[in-house]
Amino acid sequence: MTDVWGMIYVFMLASFLGLGVIRRVSRLLHTPLMSLTNAMSAIAVVGAILVSGGEYPTSIRVLGTIALFASMTNIVSGFLITHRMLALFKTRRAEGTPR
Amino acid sequence: MTAGIAQLAYLIAGALFILALYWMNSPVTARKGVSAGVAGTAMAVVATWAEPSVVHSGWIILAIIGGFLVGIPLSRVPLTAVPQRTALSHAFGGGAAGLVGTAEFYLHLTGGSTALTPFRTGAIMAEIVLGYLTFTGSLMAAAKLQELKWIPQRPVTYPLQNVGNLLILAAAVAIAIAITFNPTAPWAPALFLLVVALALVFGVLLIIPIGGADMPTVIAILNAYAGLSAVAMGFVLDNRLLITAGALDGSSGLILAIVMSRAMNRPFTNVLFGAFGRATQTAAVDETKVYKSETVDGVAQVLEQAAFVVIIPGYGMAVAQAQHKVRELYDQLRKRDIKVKFAIHPVAGRMPGHMNVLLAEADIPYTDLVEMDEINPEMPQCDVALVIGANDVVNPAARSEPHSPIYGMPIIEADKARTVIAIKRGRSPGFSGLENDLYFTDHTWMLFGDASVVVGELVKQLAADAAGGRKQAA
Repeated sequence: MTDVWGMIYVFMLASFLGLGVIRRVSRLLHTPLMSLTNAMSAIAVVGAILVSGGEYPTSIRVLGTIALFASMTNIVSGFLITHRMLALFKTRRAEGTPR
Repeated sequence: MTAGIAQLAYLIAGALFILALYWMNSPVTARKGVSAGVAGTAMAVVATWAEPSVVHSGWIILAIIGGFLVGIPLSRVPLTAVPQRTALSHAFGGGAAGLVGTAEFYLHLTGGSTALTPFRTGAIMAEIVLGYLTFTGSLMAAAKLQELKWIPQRPVTYPLQNVGNLLILAAAVAIAIAITFNPTAPWAPALFLLVVALALVFGVLLIIPIGGADMPTVIAILNAYAGLSAVAMGFVLDNRLLITAGALDGSSGLILAIVMSRAMNRPFTNVLFGAFGRATQTAAVDETKVYKSETVDGVAQVLEQAAFVVIIPGYGMAVAQAQHKVRELYDQLRKRDIKVKFAIHPVAGRMPGHMNVLLAEADIPYTDLVEMDEINPEMPQCDVALVIGANDVVNPAARSEPHSPIYGMPIIEADKARTVIAIKRGRSPGFSGLENDLYFTDHTWMLFGDASVVVGELVKQLAADAAGGRKQAA
């Protein structure tokens, strides 16, 4: 028996937590924020792994494997591009400009 | 025992995800956030792979390799193309949720281990509706952003569009509810496919009437939908990590959509189901107004006299690839001890925060990138407002013309600066087709030309002046 109310409760808490935490994210970083949350929500990959690797009919496993590929693409590209964008944000360089 | 270890891994992964978002509140700590996200994802993947029910690994390995082969090039796109990449990743996320939901449904139908309770079936239906509509909707958005030729850029509208779209969505939801309460009925498998088809069609129709100016909002909404489809998958699989990650993603998309809709002064209800029908404006030009043009030479002199310059970039600057020239201009002005700030409107780019990333890439320190609300009180002290490739976000009609379609939209108050210089490609009105009165005020001078070329000449002139000045002094 699945704990339906427990799951809904987790959803409720996580939503309020998300609203609270994300409201404080610097506006400078809204683009990297979107690529980061996108990579993290690709944790849906766990569902794809269960379907792809289980003892199921081939057609079902094919669906799971395509989903696994799509999620993995999001994980890889999402984290890499977030890292790449964040590396661009620098404070003022040492004022070494020749006069 | 192993189940306990998997649950512990999910718990830690969830905590790492929350920390990752918490660290995004400042550019100083943000990079830690990526590491936390990677660690959480890796733990969850390994824990799931180790589950006893996962008996085949061959296809998993292949799919993971495929993910790397496609994901690495996708992470190296030019930063102007980040909005398309983001839309594409929403499509992948939605598509994955839809496929897993489909697999789960037919699996349970053919005598799976767990029964199709109304709750689980309902979650599957929510997962596939949200997943598939996000899939096609995001593909459409990505195609529009990439400016593919066979996708119309302009909003496509036709009679009864809203009613038709809502009927399709209502039909999909109605059938989904019917299946939820009768999952084992003989008609359920066929109608399930009909729901899939309706959701796919609805996603396309949702994006067709939306024009380029609304894309930042649309991307944020699709972000929220993709997150919610992951939540639904979490309900189906009884996995709290998925629910948490999806809820964080969904609330992020929601907040960004609210920020964007406020920045464009569009009611949020208008935005929830996509931006149905944008007010079309018949720009009635009753009188021919006169621009005052200025030469590069003259603008250079004005800039040299200034103590405080605010640069207001728009997407036109990015289209002209002028960011690096603008950085050189910034360096020239800073060398003269002129205070320079960049005023960033929330919708200056093509997705939330896009302009900041483009300027950061050009090596402009983020400490000089200032939000609209922070810069506006300073505008009356500003000697020169330099508008580069921006238009609607500095249009004073938003304050003064109740009949203007952008009336009420918050703007950067460039007109309050002592002098305004606007670099503009041509004399035609901007993207929205609106006249901009800013260009006709007494203290505005226009500098016509390609932003990259014009700013480049400006930099050359300033550099020459600096060299000349030094010679005279010597």
